[in-house]
Amino acid sequence: MTRPNKERVESASQTAGPYVHIGLAPTAAGFEIYEEAGRDIAGPNAEGERIRVEGVVWDGAGEPVRDALIEVWQPNAAGNYAPDGVEAGFRGWGRVICDFDTGEWAFETVRPGAKEGAPHLNLWIVARGINIGLHTRMYFPDATEDPVLTQLGARAHTLLATEQTTGVYRFDIRLQGTQETVFFDV
Amino acid sequence: MSGLYPRDWSVQPAANTPDYRTTKFRSPTRPLVRLENTPSDSTGPVFNHDDLGPDDWNLLTNFARPGESPIGPRIFVHGRVLDENARPVPNALVECWQANAGGRYRHKVDTYLAPIDPNFGGCGRTLTDSEGRYRFHTVQPGAYPWPNGPNTWRPAHVHFSVFGEAFAQRLITQCYFEGDPFIPLCAIVQTIPSAEAVDGVTAKLDMSETVPHDMVAYRFDIILRGRHRTWHEGGL
Repeated sequence: MTRPNKERVESASQTAGPYVHIGLAPTAAGFEIYEEAGRDIAGPNAEGERIRVEGVVWDGAGEPVRDALIEVWQPNAAGNYAPDGVEAGFRGWGRVICDFDTGEWAFETVRPGAKEGAPHLNLWIVARGINIGLHTRMYFPDATEDPVLTQLGARAHTLLATEQTTGVYRFDIRLQGTQETVFFDV
Repeated sequence: MSGLYPRDWSVQPAANTPDYRTTKFRSPTRPLVRLENTPSDSTGPVFNHDDLGPDDWNLLTNFARPGESPIGPRIFVHGRVLDENARPVPNALVECWQANAGGRYRHKVDTYLAPIDPNFGGCGRTLTDSEGRYRFHTVQPGAYPWPNGPNTWRPAHVHFSVFGEAFAQRLITQCYFEGDPFIPLCAIVQTIPSAEAVDGVTAKLDMSETVPHDMVAYRFDIILRGRHRTWHEGGL
């Protein structure tokens, strides 16, 4: 491949730091200033199965990353990414923070569809000590026929959620260790 | 659909940067898995003006009591969101947060000695215009100590969160101010592997836009990953 003829140099990423909530989730920082973006991923009109997804981001010392912020980007139940071909009010994007004491995070949405491959949620994780946001995907336990999972081979299982009860999925993200989650250079 | 240029790892920090100690247990140890772009990452959320309040971009007023103002040097930070092809990114959501002029954050976990400013929240957000331009009015943030070493200080900075057209362009960075003596001493800044790339996240004094008797202007452009050009877009 020829080297792209770039005119500008990409801005370097820097850690979101421990005070990311001030900018992206100010209520958690401890004050009210404006309606926060990303509280409702699917909107009130979304079709499909309502689901809840929860988990913890674990660091390499076995501690929860309590200051992490996770963003979600997903298609609707028909597999369409907003703004085209989605229900009114469906953005498909949201953000969630980890509990300051337990590190638990959770969000509610609809189960996505997929035009190609297996349905999945795209996740992006930032925190103090993470120099550049980490892209990963959460697949459902019954995922099959997906080219990305095939490519990952023995590590594919790190992207599979487990179903806790009907419609409630758990997806723990491990930054290090033998079960280190797969992160993507997309 | 044209794909994005691969991320330029000559300007991006590595995951594990030992001088910035917190990265030790929070850095993936295995290489990132390269994926060709699919709609999962070449699309991204779209925002509009209904999502924002009219004053959200103005940190001098968006948390201040009527008739009052935060303490500190009045500045504005402005620039453009562009891609690597120097094409403007219009309608991009740009969010920012920062410490107040004393170096104190309005955050329940910040316990620094410097006081909270009752008139300063420390966050703002805006959408870029059709030319990719944005602007935040604020006060110059203060430097502050952080527990990376026995006597370690962060240079004055404003955190920026930026959306492009593709979720793969998602970026969080920090805007430093030219001439700050803490820049070369800061382990977070120095995670950036080249001096040129540090310069790229350092705002420049902009006397052409500085408002006499009112506000000092700083220029800070944000460059997101570009897309491969396709024949029907013209270009080179």
